Amino acid sequence: MSTINDGLKSLLGWVDARFPLTSNWKSHVSEYYAPKNFNFWYFFGSLAMLVLVIQIVTGIFLVMHFKPDATLNASGVPIAFASVEYIMRDVPWGWLIRYMHSTGASAFFVVIYLHMFRGFLYGSYRKPRELVWIFGMLIFLCLMAEAFFGYLLPWGQMSYWGAQVIVNLFSAIPLIGPDLSLWIRGDYVVGDATLNRFFAFHVIAVPLVLVGLVAAHILALHEVGSNNPDGIEIKKKKGADGIPLDGIAFHPYYTVKDIVGTVVFLAVFSIVLFFMPEGGGYFLEYNNFFPADPLQTPPHIAPVWYFTPYYSILRAVTYPLFGIDAKFWGVAAMGASTLIIALLPWLDRSPVKSIRYRGPITKVLLSLFVISFFILGFLGTKPPSYEFFGMIPGAPVAQLLSLYYFLFFITMPVWSSLDRCKPEPDRVTSK
Amino acid sequence: MSSDETVDSGRRNLLVASAAVGGVAGVVAAIPFGLSMLPSERAKAAGAPVEVDISDLLPGQMKTVEWRGKPVWIINRTTEQLASLRKTDDLVSDPKSEKLMQPEYCQNETRSIKPDILVAVGICTHLGCSPTEKFKTGAESGISADWPGGFICPCHGSTFDLAGRVYKSKPAPDNLEVPPHMYLGDAKLVIGLDKKA
Repeated sequence: MSTINDGLKSLLGWVDARFPLTSNWKSHVSEYYAPKNFNFWYFFGSLAMLVLVIQIVTGIFLVMHFKPDATLNASGVPIAFASVEYIMRDVPWGWLIRYMHSTGASAFFVVIYLHMFRGFLYGSYRKPRELVWIFGMLIFLCLMAEAFFGYLLPWGQMSYWGAQVIVNLFSAIPLIGPDLSLWIRGDYVVGDATLNRFFAFHVIAVPLVLVGLVAAHILALHEVGSNNPDGIEIKKKKGADGIPLDGIAFHPYYTVKDIVGTVVFLAVFSIVLFFMPEGGGYFLEYNNFFPADPLQTPPHIAPVWYFTPYYSILRAVTYPLFGIDAKFWGVAAMGASTLIIALLPWLDRSPVKSIRYRGPITKVLLSLFVISFFILGFLGTKPPSYEFFGMIPGAPVAQLLSLYYFLFFITMPVWSSLDRCKPEPDRVTSK
Repeated sequence: MSSDETVDSGRRNLLVASAAVGGVAGVVAAIPFGLSMLPSERAKAAGAPVEVDISDLLPGQMKTVEWRGKPVWIINRTTEQLASLRKTDDLVSDPKSEKLMQPEYCQNETRSIKPDILVAVGICTHLGCSPTEKFKTGAESGISADWPGGFICPCHGSTFDLAGRVYKSKPAPDNLEVPPHMYLGDAKLVIGLDKKA
């Protein structure tokens, strides 16, 4: 026994002399000190990593059978569409891998939205974590690109018309717009060229960037240390050993906690996967089970649920401005609505970070923000003519809530500094 | 760091110059990759005109054909439908079709060569969805009680009249495109080609 141990030790020594294995393990895992008061909201970072792994692994196996080809096969069905059906019906366990991948896409956004909301709650974007936040926002953008490119691949009706709408968004940009959207499509209409390049982006270009950004996100986080539900810096109070008094080692304390989160997550994930993989039409839209037909838009097209709040904002702008079409401003508003989140570290002027010590203004406005985000999301799944209870028209509601969405951020420097905050504690508290 | 005296300006200039040249080379090398994403020669060639027989298209009916991968509508408008265009003059944003969304020979009240036959690309000028026909008038259409017939885009709710003119305050900025087309005899239509070409 001891000889095996000695052998392993000398092997580790051999590696450590050539590669910083032990030192990295220590600085990022066994001696990375995280605040001891993490709560429920701190599960979602590690869960996002888990979903990323699920997506990469299932993606690799799907690529073995998928064919990015928009031409029609002998039975008149586009080859790409037919290859997805082939995976679902003929490839052993193909249905499971495909449903894991499609459910994983929705799970990714659930987890990421909750992970981002944690940042809103506890001011995790505040100094010194601005770069952690910005890397995170870039990851979010990559994720949206990844979801968009991936959604074209099954070449169903929603794939086709969704891509048609989003690519046409770029044509709204003055001067270069039409040429830009032509360049993105690679053809005058969404077609085989578009499908092939979206496949390239989806399986290699964006994932590479995504993985790099995740590494940068974590390196930046480990440089400054994790925030916590009290929003105070544990590094300010260190013991004689230089270790924060309120810090505990990531391993084993949080690895064990995250395993609990993983198990609960996988249980919920499995329920969706095995009993409602289409998510009631929200994860896989019914119209996408029809092959793409360039001559016929489905009677109602809506993006997948995770894009609907932004889609509502896009639709809300119907007025031309400065002699430029309303559609350009709709696109600009949609872009701005995602980018403005990246400015949070500089918009928030509150003396405290955590919602626990912030005053009524923040609590009310943030709650309204969450509610309006949900209503915008709901309206985005509905046709533009939708009316609440058949009487309140949805379109002006979406316009009002879109306005609130922007005002929440733009006026934040004012209301966040006006708010009556409670004093922060010296040490973290456990509730 | 190092003060100005210790900088070897010759070496510094060489460094800057070689970095600049290297940068330019990098940008130039990216050009073929960028251009490779433009439509290929094959895609450019695949724009052949389409011939359509419209002898079986009765008044009030519509036919959809594919041209350059896009739906092209051919609508045989009834007298009432044509009359509705006078009512919608005040409701549409470009009643006189001043923006060049049609060939010159279709820049008229009905946006067509023959008054009753409308040929239009069935792609919304907003974000490229294909609008749905709503020929039923009034409340039955599900749009409004005074709906005179036309098209509604399922994506963002833009409405068009029976000459493909977009209604005011809708997301779509322009009227539907009228493709170049011409008649070969009474009932044969060519889309994608006109007498000028």
